[in-house]
Amino acid sequence: MSLTSDPPIHPPAPTEPGEKPAADEYAALKVVPVRHPWRWVAVAATAVLLAQFLNGLITNPGWEWDVFARFVTTETILHAVWVTLQLTFYGTVIGFALGIVLAFMRLSASPFLRGVSYAYIWAFRSIPLIVQLLFWFNLAYLYKELQFGIPFGPGFVAFDTMNLVGAMSAAVLGLALHQAAYAAEIVRGGVLAVDGGQLEAAAALGIPRLRQLRRIVLPQAMRSILPNAANEIISLFKGTSIVSVMAIGELFYQVQVVYGRNGRVVPLLMVATVWYILLTTVLSVLQHYVERHYAKGAVR
Amino acid sequence: MSAPTKEATGSDAMVEIRSVHKSFGPLEVLRGIDLSVRAGEVTVVLGPSGSGKSTLLRTINHLEKVDQGWISVDGTLVGYRRSGNKLYELREREVLRQRTRIGFVFQNFNLFPHLTVLENVIEAPIAALGRPRKDAVAAAEKLLARVGLAEKAGAYPKQLSGGQQQRVAIARALALEPKLLLFDEPTSALDPELVGEVLDVIKDLARGGTTMIVVTHEIGFAREVADTVVFMDEGRIVEQGPPADVLDRPVQERTRAFLSKVL
Repeated sequence: MSLTSDPPIHPPAPTEPGEKPAADEYAALKVVPVRHPWRWVAVAATAVLLAQFLNGLITNPGWEWDVFARFVTTETILHAVWVTLQLTFYGTVIGFALGIVLAFMRLSASPFLRGVSYAYIWAFRSIPLIVQLLFWFNLAYLYKELQFGIPFGPGFVAFDTMNLVGAMSAAVLGLALHQAAYAAEIVRGGVLAVDGGQLEAAAALGIPRLRQLRRIVLPQAMRSILPNAANEIISLFKGTSIVSVMAIGELFYQVQVVYGRNGRVVPLLMVATVWYILLTTVLSVLQHYVERHYAKGAVR
Repeated sequence: MSAPTKEATGSDAMVEIRSVHKSFGPLEVLRGIDLSVRAGEVTVVLGPSGSGKSTLLRTINHLEKVDQGWISVDGTLVGYRRSGNKLYELREREVLRQRTRIGFVFQNFNLFPHLTVLENVIEAPIAALGRPRKDAVAAAEKLLARVGLAEKAGAYPKQLSGGQQQRVAIARALALEPKLLLFDEPTSALDPELVGEVLDVIKDLARGGTTMIVVTHEIGFAREVADTVVFMDEGRIVEQGPPADVLDRPVQERTRAFLSKVL
C-alpha cells in the first residue's frame, strides 16, 4: 500500500489468496458496509429510558392532567400569557433599538462615545437582572419627581415618579436596559463580521453614509446577528418570569398565585411549561423564516 | 507648488498628482509622487508588491488621505477645498459626491453579495446621483450587455465565476459615467484562464477613449494598451514613459531587475 495521494489509475482490489478475478469483474464487486453493534446497544438503552419517561408521564397520577387541562386555557392564564408577550415585545424592541445605538457608539471614531458605550455595557452586564429590576421598582425612593426641561436649568413638565414608573413600566425598563447591553454586542459583532471591502466599495461608489449602513452593511450583518438575537429574544421571553418578584401578573406569577390557592403545584407548573415551550417554538419557526429571507445570495 | 483652483488649471491633464506623501504609522508608503495623466489616456502602474502602487491609486479617490501634497481630478482638488493658502478638508458628503466622478474597480471585486447583479449596478446611480429607477435599470442593462453579461442580471454574485464578477464590478463602476476609471489589480484574484475576459473588457474601454489608471502585473496588457507605463518602487516613481521605452529599453537598473523577474 503506497502513501502517496495520487490514486493508481486501475485500483488493484486486494483479493483473498487463491482468488483471481479478471479485470472486468471489478465492476461487479459488492461493497459490504462496516457493522456498528455498539451503536445498536446505545439505541436500545436510550429507547428504554425514553419509554420509561413517557410511561411515567401517562401513568403517574401526580401529574394530574385533568387539573392541567382545566387551567391551561382559563382567562387568568391567557391574560398572563398576554402580559408575558407584552413584556417580551417591549423588552426586545426598546432593548434592540438602544442596542443598535450603543453598537454604533462603540464603533464610533470618538473615544468619548466609545467609552460611554463600553461603560454602559460593562455596568448592565455586571448587575444581575433581578437586582436591577428592584432598583427600577424603587426609583421613586431616589427621585420623587421626574422633570423635563433644560439640563441643570428650569424644568417644563414634572411627573410624580411613583405614578410614572409603575410596576409594569419598571419591569419593561429593567428588561430593555438589560437587553440593550447584550443586543449592542450582538449588533456590533454582526457589523464587524461584514467584510471591510463592502463599506469601501460603497464609499467608492459615492453612496451616502446612512444608505451604506441601511442597504449594504445591516442586511449582511443580519446573517450573523439573527441566530444570536433569536437566542436573546427567547431567553428574554423566559426571563420575564423573573419580574414575578414585582408582583406583575405575567405567566409565572399567575401560576404561582393559582397553586398558592389550590395547592396543585405540579400540574400548574406544567401549564406554565407548556405555554413557554409552545411560544418558544413559534419564535423558533419565525427565526427560520427571517433567516431564510436574509440568506439571499448566500448560496450558489 | 500651489494647488489649483477649479478655473486655474488650463492643462489637459485629467489627473494631477503633486508631491504626494503617505505614511501608515512609521512606514512611509508614498515618498513624493508626481504624476500627470492626460484625458483619454491609459496609464499602467507596475512595480513589486509593497511599492505603494495600490496606495497611490486609493489616494486618487480619497479612500486614503494624503499626508502631504495634493491631487486633482478634472481640475478639482480631491478631498480638499482651497481657500487662500489653506486646504480645508471636505465633509464626507462632499467627498462622496466627488467619488461619483471616479470609478474604482477592486482586486476582490467587492460586489454586494446580497444584491443581484442588476441591483449591484443600479444601486449607486439611484442612491448617489438620484436617478429614477427606470432610467438606472435601462442604463444598467446596456452596460451588462457591453460586458457580455446581459443574461446574468437576475443572478447573485456568488453564482458567477470570478471573471464574470469582475466584469459586473466594471459595469457597476461605469454606471456612474465616471470621468476617470481606476483599476486596482483587477485580474490578480482570478484563475489564469479567466484573466483574458476581464482584460478584453478593459481594452475595449481603452479603445473607447476612457481615461484610466490600471495597477497590474500583466506586462503584456501594459505593452498592448498603455499610453504611459509608470514603474514604482519603494514609494517613488522610478521611471515612466511609453511602453516601448519603459518595458523594452528601461533606463533604470531597478526597472530592469523587476522586468527580468516578471517577463
